[in-house]
Amino acid sequence: MSEYFPFIRDLVYLIASGLFIFGLKQLSRPATAPNGNRLAALGMLLAVLVTFVGKEAFDLPIILSAMVLGSLIGLITARRIQMMAMPQLVGVFNGFGGGASALVAVAQFLIISEAAGAMDPTLGITILLSTFIGAVTLSGSFIAFGKLQGFVTTKPVALPFQQGFDAFMILGIVGLSVVVLASGAPWAFFVLLGVSLLLGVMLVMPIGGADMPVVISLLNSYSGLAAAATGFVLSNKGLIISGALVGASGLILTSIMCKAMNRSLLNVMFGGVGGEVSGTASASSVEGKSVREITAEDLAVVLVNAQSVVIAPGYGLAVAQAQHEVSELANQLQARGVSVKYAIHPVAGRMPVHMNVLLAEANVPYEQLYDMDDINREFDNTDVVIVIGANDVVNPAARYDKNSPIYGMPILDVDKARTVIVNKRSMNPGFAGIENELFFADNTFMLFGDAKDAMARLNREVKEA
Amino acid sequence: MVETVFIGLYIFVLAMFIGFEVITKVPPTLHTPLMLGSNAISGITLIGAILVVKAVLPQTIFVFGLELNKILGFLAIVLATINVVGGFAVTDRMLSMFKSSGK
Repeated sequence: MSEYFPFIRDLVYLIASGLFIFGLKQLSRPATAPNGNRLAALGMLLAVLVTFVGKEAFDLPIILSAMVLGSLIGLITARRIQMMAMPQLVGVFNGFGGGASALVAVAQFLIISEAAGAMDPTLGITILLSTFIGAVTLSGSFIAFGKLQGFVTTKPVALPFQQGFDAFMILGIVGLSVVVLASGAPWAFFVLLGVSLLLGVMLVMPIGGADMPVVISLLNSYSGLAAAATGFVLSNKGLIISGALVGASGLILTSIMCKAMNRSLLNVMFGGVGGEVSGTASASSVEGKSVREITAEDLAVVLVNAQSVVIAPGYGLAVAQAQHEVSELANQLQARGVSVKYAIHPVAGRMPVHMNVLLAEANVPYEQLYDMDDINREFDNTDVVIVIGANDVVNPAARYDKNSPIYGMPILDVDKARTVIVNKRSMNPGFAGIENELFFADNTFMLFGDAKDAMARLNREVKEA
Repeated sequence: MVETVFIGLYIFVLAMFIGFEVITKVPPTLHTPLMLGSNAISGITLIGAILVVKAVLPQTIFVFGLELNKILGFLAIVLATINVVGGFAVTDRMLSMFKSSGK
């Protein structure tokens, strides 16, 4: 019987892989998505359980206590976490995935290096690759997490000769790999581990806060590649397939995010946009102009008399946790026969389509959420646009100002609507640190204040209007 | 060993293609759940971690009275399980929020 165990295991890994693929496929429609996620979870459960099939002695107390501990932490986090903190959570999870891969690779190295001398080159290379990808994912993710959480500066931080330094580290890693393969020397292996961790830090530090959606997506892809690399180390086809799926998914999201910002991946990685106050040209274009304010009372009258209203939310809405107030405003207006739509920019927020999740949390039906391309056709016929806590994604300079750092980035063309209302806390420039001439346009009115307070005030006024 | 790796590479490349095909069809609305769900899948390293704890070192290295690979394996299992369980649970919670207006 036991001679069949490897086949049973491979068969179940195959079934699990099928469940992952089918689950991801079902994630393509909101109606079937919950089921898809559960199918993928079922696949994972099967894959983990079948790993225990066999007559070999498992150290069950250690394994089970670790799994129980991990499950508890995972479940509590999943239940408590706010939708706003989702980017940080993905950051941490990416890091954990990478960390686990690196740990497995280190353990595997210790297991075979005891046999001493030169390593089997193929196995050696897979272990080194797994260590490298896992370590870069781990340290890079934690810097990304720090930037999102705000305890690492969101400004791009680059050393002089940063790229030369990065190249030097990569050369070092290649050199150390040769030493490890030739001699199996543990010191070289652990130096390589350290340099890989440092490289992860160095690769993410120079990236500005506004580019975090790209970084998070890319690290997501790395965490998949790390799992696949572990699969190569252990010759486990289940890991290779799953890792490849996640790697592909992360790469697609990365490319979508880059397109949404009109940047190449190389430019995001090494360009260092975000945080620098630049764009003198755009600053001069608004010089001498002043903004006009509108009170919540007046705005309420404008809104109830409008036929069509589009709400364009940004990260400020997430920070203020104003999604419930915004959804209440939309409901009130709809009850009065005003058409309300939400305009979602792909990089509004700190991760891919962060806004959708926040609005879903406030029970906004997803039919009311419109992608950038769809809603941009409608602004010409829109009476009022309310921009809430968004800045760079509605900056018209992106369309024509070649000196602007965001030139060429597709934006929500809110300035084409008849009236634009901008809710902001103050006149501070956005995450990319660029002035926004939209605020000074003839059809723009500013509603200053914290998004949550401002929307609550507006809701009261609309009730009375 | 080389052959095994090559079979692995074939599987890897083909799975990447499947991934590209399946995931390009996911609409932007669902990108955040997709990211967390796929993230949970990458926690499959858990299997690798379990296998590492099982493995026996030829010359066991002890740290604090425990075999080193078991310590590393324990940590790896904790991290990977958080990734898997947390990832699927939070995706489930998030997706339950996505509601249609009933049309």
